[in-house]
Amino acid sequence: MAVFVYAENINGVYKKAAFEAVSFAKAVADQAGDTVTAVSVNPTDSSDLLYKYGASNIINIKDEGLKNFSAKAYAQAVSEVANGNIIVFPHTTDASSIAPMLAVMNGYSLITNVLEAPESLSPFQVKRKAFSGKGFMHAKAEGTGVIVTVSQNAFGVKENAVSGSEEVKNLSVANEDTKVISHEQSSGKLDLKEAEIVVSAGRGLKGPENWGMIEDLANVLGAATACSKPVSDIGWRPHTEHVGQTGKAIAPNLYIAVGISGAIQHLAGVNSSKTIVVINSDPEAPFFKSADYGVVGDSFQIIPALTEKIKALKG
Amino acid sequence: MKILVCISSVPDTTSKINFTADKSAFDKNGIQWVINPLDEFALTKAIKLQESQGATVTVINVGDAVTEPVIRKALAIGANDAVRVNLDPKDSFSTAKEIAAVVQNGGYDLILCGKESIDYNGGSVPGMVAQLLNQPFVNASVGLDVNGSKATAVREIEGGKETISVKLPAVIAGQKGLVDEKDLIIPNMRGIMSARTKPLQVVEPASSEVKVQGVSYDSVPPRAAVKMVSPDNLDELVRLLHEEAKVI
Repeated sequence: MAVFVYAENINGVYKKAAFEAVSFAKAVADQAGDTVTAVSVNPTDSSDLLYKYGASNIINIKDEGLKNFSAKAYAQAVSEVANGNIIVFPHTTDASSIAPMLAVMNGYSLITNVLEAPESLSPFQVKRKAFSGKGFMHAKAEGTGVIVTVSQNAFGVKENAVSGSEEVKNLSVANEDTKVISHEQSSGKLDLKEAEIVVSAGRGLKGPENWGMIEDLANVLGAATACSKPVSDIGWRPHTEHVGQTGKAIAPNLYIAVGISGAIQHLAGVNSSKTIVVINSDPEAPFFKSADYGVVGDSFQIIPALTEKIKALKG
Repeated sequence: MKILVCISSVPDTTSKINFTADKSAFDKNGIQWVINPLDEFALTKAIKLQESQGATVTVINVGDAVTEPVIRKALAIGANDAVRVNLDPKDSFSTAKEIAAVVQNGGYDLILCGKESIDYNGGSVPGMVAQLLNQPFVNASVGLDVNGSKATAVREIEGGKETISVKLPAVIAGQKGLVDEKDLIIPNMRGIMSARTKPLQVVEPASSEVKVQGVSYDSVPPRAAVKMVSPDNLDELVRLLHEEAKVI
């Protein structure tokens, strides 16, 4: 039962989500008594990084035509080299665009947003996130070929070093239907879905000019920043920061919510966080019921003080 | 230009999610159904193209008769007509196959969808439809312009965005940002009245192949009771996060 994994990179550099997908693939391969083959498109990073998490074969696709992303062309490229019964993808934007196309191409079942190692391999059954984090589904694949996408920050990154070898495949996939005109990437900004810690704020902050203290706290923690839906709707923060049912679903180790009352739609997007801290001036805020730690008080005093104390802890 | 917008009927975003006693299915009792919010961004974008370019907008839903009020709402928002494939969808693949079958007979220039539904969160139907039709696919789209046989789509990427030129016909899956939240169309009385007489065609499913089964469902386990910390004792909060939760 050959296990393949798509190791996603950005500009040649592997993503944390790729290491998580390799870790997941290794757990599946151990169950199946087989090995993991990782597939990557135009990486510049060392293959040692993938051996470290359990991939013993690496196929590096080299294709100038794939310099720019196209879901269709990438699915075609991956299908040319990944001929396993199980293909693992991270649930990133790019990978979750490729996976459905590849599933149709190969006639495979596709199970997305997977949280844990499979409950059984034959038939393939696995737990996945559903109802925007308000429930779980145990999904069973029909047939033999399966593609899964692994929900980010769910399975975790697990070191499991193996020795391995690398092969370069030169492909030339047609990529004519789409053409990238421009590409803007803000440098140095932590990816919200990959972040271990997220500091988020809502309308309780009263205005966009008050976000400096949220960013200060995030900087001290090495965290990404996020916001509630009303805040992105009013335009205080970009919609890319909106976490919740219709925004991004996240699962960091620590989620700090400041001035967010905790509507059911917001909780849906963040309740997979391992630890939740709620800071709100309203002791009746419903979010406290879903939090691990709560502080009732004035955010404008608490956040700067908390930032200083964490700075002191980190020395 | 002919646009097809794929809509899914989903539980209202405020719904509490419960499962049947034997955990084998989602409990639909007491649920209000709405157009999947991410599909609503796609629908509004289509109506804007209808206004600016004279496009015709057809909505498609794969669902049983229970979904018809949601389809009528899409017509009230401004779609010209609708197709319902009479099938209670079991998985993304069976849904995608039905949509692709309708597209093959309809000659659509652009297929718009939300990037995922807020119930089963498969996020798979748009990409599957694109592949079944051998059309280009742009996911997580936060901007779209159409010019003749070409579209320019902006897609969200991790930490940024990318602008792409796409040959039509194509499948574009949108999300918040494709149109602003404030631009979402709330049906007025005229729209609601005219929706009653707009064509809603019901077609029987073309296939019954299912690739993934939902075997059972679990609710999210409740968290332990919250530990409250005094705002005058933030050292304690830092200690708890450092020593107990071990997250900082």
